[in-house]
Amino acid sequence: MANKILILFAHPRFERSASNILMVRQLQDVPGVTFHDLYERYPDFNIDIEAEKVLLEEHNIIIWHHPFYWYSAPPLLKQWIDLVLEFEWAYGPGGNALEGKTIFNCITVGGPRAAYSRDGYNRFSLLELLTPFNQTAYLCRMTWFPPFAMHGTHRISEDEKLQNADQYRLLLERLVKGEFSAEEILKYEYLNDWLDNIKTKITV
Amino acid sequence: MNFLAQALIYLAAAVICVPIAKRLGLGSVLGYLLAGMLIGPYVLGFIGKEGQDIMHFAEFGVVMMLFIIGLELEPSQFWKMRKSIVGMGSIQLVFTSLFIFIIMMIVGLTWQVALAIALSFAMSSTAIVLQTIKEKGLTLTASGQASFSVLLFQDIMVIPILAILPLIAVNGLTESRHIESSLLGNLPGWMQGISFFAAVALIIFGGRYLFVPILRVVARTRLRELFTASSLLLVVSVALLMQAIGLSPALGTFLAGVVLASSEYRHELESDLDPFKGLLLGLFFIGVGASINFELIASRTLLIMGLVAAVMITKFLILLATGKIFKVASDQNLLFAFALSQVGEFAFVLLSFSNQLDIINPEWMDIMMAVTAITMTITPLLLLLNERVIDPRFGVKEISEPGRKDDKEIGEHHPVIIAGFGHFGSTIGRFLRANGVEATILDHDSDRVSLLRKMGFRVYYGDATRLDLLQAAGADNAKILIAAIDSPEVNQELISTARKNFPDLHIMARAKSRMDAYELIDMGLSDIYRESLHTSVKLAVDVLGKLGQRSYTATRQGQKFLKYDEDALKEMAEHRHDMQKYVLKARETFKLQEELLAKDLALNTGESDHSWDSETIRETLRKK
Repeated sequence: MANKILILFAHPRFERSASNILMVRQLQDVPGVTFHDLYERYPDFNIDIEAEKVLLEEHNIIIWHHPFYWYSAPPLLKQWIDLVLEFEWAYGPGGNALEGKTIFNCITVGGPRAAYSRDGYNRFSLLELLTPFNQTAYLCRMTWFPPFAMHGTHRISEDEKLQNADQYRLLLERLVKGEFSAEEILKYEYLNDWLDNIKTKITV
Repeated sequence: MNFLAQALIYLAAAVICVPIAKRLGLGSVLGYLLAGMLIGPYVLGFIGKEGQDIMHFAEFGVVMMLFIIGLELEPSQFWKMRKSIVGMGSIQLVFTSLFIFIIMMIVGLTWQVALAIALSFAMSSTAIVLQTIKEKGLTLTASGQASFSVLLFQDIMVIPILAILPLIAVNGLTESRHIESSLLGNLPGWMQGISFFAAVALIIFGGRYLFVPILRVVARTRLRELFTASSLLLVVSVALLMQAIGLSPALGTFLAGVVLASSEYRHELESDLDPFKGLLLGLFFIGVGASINFELIASRTLLIMGLVAAVMITKFLILLATGKIFKVASDQNLLFAFALSQVGEFAFVLLSFSNQLDIINPEWMDIMMAVTAITMTITPLLLLLNERVIDPRFGVKEISEPGRKDDKEIGEHHPVIIAGFGHFGSTIGRFLRANGVEATILDHDSDRVSLLRKMGFRVYYGDATRLDLLQAAGADNAKILIAAIDSPEVNQELISTARKNFPDLHIMARAKSRMDAYELIDMGLSDIYRESLHTSVKLAVDVLGKLGQRSYTATRQGQKFLKYDEDALKEMAEHRHDMQKYVLKARETFKLQEELLAKDLALNTGESDHSWDSETIRETLRKK
């Protein structure tokens, strides 16, 4: 079964983010993927709610693709969540428009993975810090997957960025083709780990 | 001939000749004049001597035109122009009269006749000049304002001249030929003075406290024709009142216009009366054309042509000197001097009045009338000559000369062309420049063109609707054309020319009003910006987007620019009054614009922006 993926991309200075430029370039021609550039479409923050709802209805896997600013998303994505996920449509009585869909965060993070632990300077794990997104998905009766994250964007090399972009593309292709089991994925802390595991399995 | 048949002849002549003249670039005035000559007694002979009567009737068009001009001028603006009106006006009138008086004495006329002719010939044609200036969109330029000042002063001076003429009459006023020009003619001078002030007061207070309330009542009936009727009623009654006390009707309606300029019905009045004004003026020009006596010209060719040349050259030189004294820049001054070098319609009135007073005999009157009509006909041709041949050679060049240090390399084309650098276009140009996008500018105000070149812009001078100018400005290679010309008609003309000849050029247009926007939509345009400061910035932001900038970044730059512009406005408002006082408002405007553009150079919105910029963080961390 072929899935349809909607990428809700939110980056206020996309032109100055080398990692995201690489990632977005990689996903352009993946069939079944709709790339929706929120800051380009709504520079004045005036979100067309009806058009957004139509897009959501047409897809069954949603990705919040954004930089992880101050343990959260850029303001326009929060605006999108506030405006589009309406009461009695996305949640509340009769609000089951999104029921059964899958959603997760694809994020670029400045600090290294080690910093996101009890002993690191960020004190909490990425999964813990993403709790508001997790709960938002829950209230909308969607399945929330662990994040696909690229850590250490402030320090990693161009090669690592390229590898990450390739991996993102691989993930999208797998999801579109339906080559995954939700129960399996939910056991992992990062989608990246799940992908790595599959690769090792295949090579074994 | 019955009325309908006559109407048929006049209308057909206008409908045929004017579009042809416009297509040939000759302007509507010349079209009407040619139409008049064509149907006049000496060519096709459709109309005979009644051309003169038509002219008197059609002079009412001039009266309406001054009312409409008054409407466009707020009282405070009018007050600001007082120095240039009195200053330029009196210099022009006194010296022109003096020199023409000398010429007429040389021709061999008596001093009385010479003086009557000199005073008549000092007048220029309000009808021709203002119509032409409006058509070319030059109202706000220095030449436009200078022309307006001089013409208004002449209109005012018609009154004292009409009073002086009887005093120099050879026979004095004989009983049988006494002209009952005004009801008050027999009253003593002080009574006339009082009635003059009473009439002016009546217009000012009646306009504000009587006419505006009446208009409110009429507007409530929602009958459009009733509103038109009220507007006409006002103009006619003011004109009659003025005639009754012996003042110029044109001056009276001008005053009424100024009084009503600040009322809420200003635009309705203007749009209601505009077609009448246009038709009557057209009729007037046809009358002038028809009245040209070709038989007389043929028999006295040398004398008449000699007088035409002498009069026009005299008027031209004195106007040029007047402009120089008032520091009108050379291009603008040339235009101003050429525009006003003809003898105007008031000469017809003054000459026939002098004839009735026995100052001038019918033969000389006919000759002088012919001279007047010929100078009026030549004016549009002279203006054309100035625009195409003289000005490009001596004034501001259409394209700035190569090799100058402030000029960009010839042949280099910018991706954006801005047509019209008024308050809308200039904001766009300034914003784009602050964001590193160079635009080619087209403008028809030579003062502004000089200023912009001085500030390092690439500017083409001339009429943006001309295909060759668009080509020279690089419309073939540009991506975007911004149609920001003030006059909606000219703007639409530009858009249709551009769409026809440069199909790949993306057009973004300024709309002056909602109606204007509808018309642009009908033309198939999608990028339409209804004018204001914010939409001009919005347009410029969208230009950045179309050139590949991220739209959110462009939007933020727009927000920053608006804040910067607001601050600059407040700052400049404080010290504006310390600046040197300029006689012409246009010059003050440019001085302020120059300061603003100089200020903009310090503005660089791009480099200081580190918001959400991960690359900056990377660089900082790498250094540690």
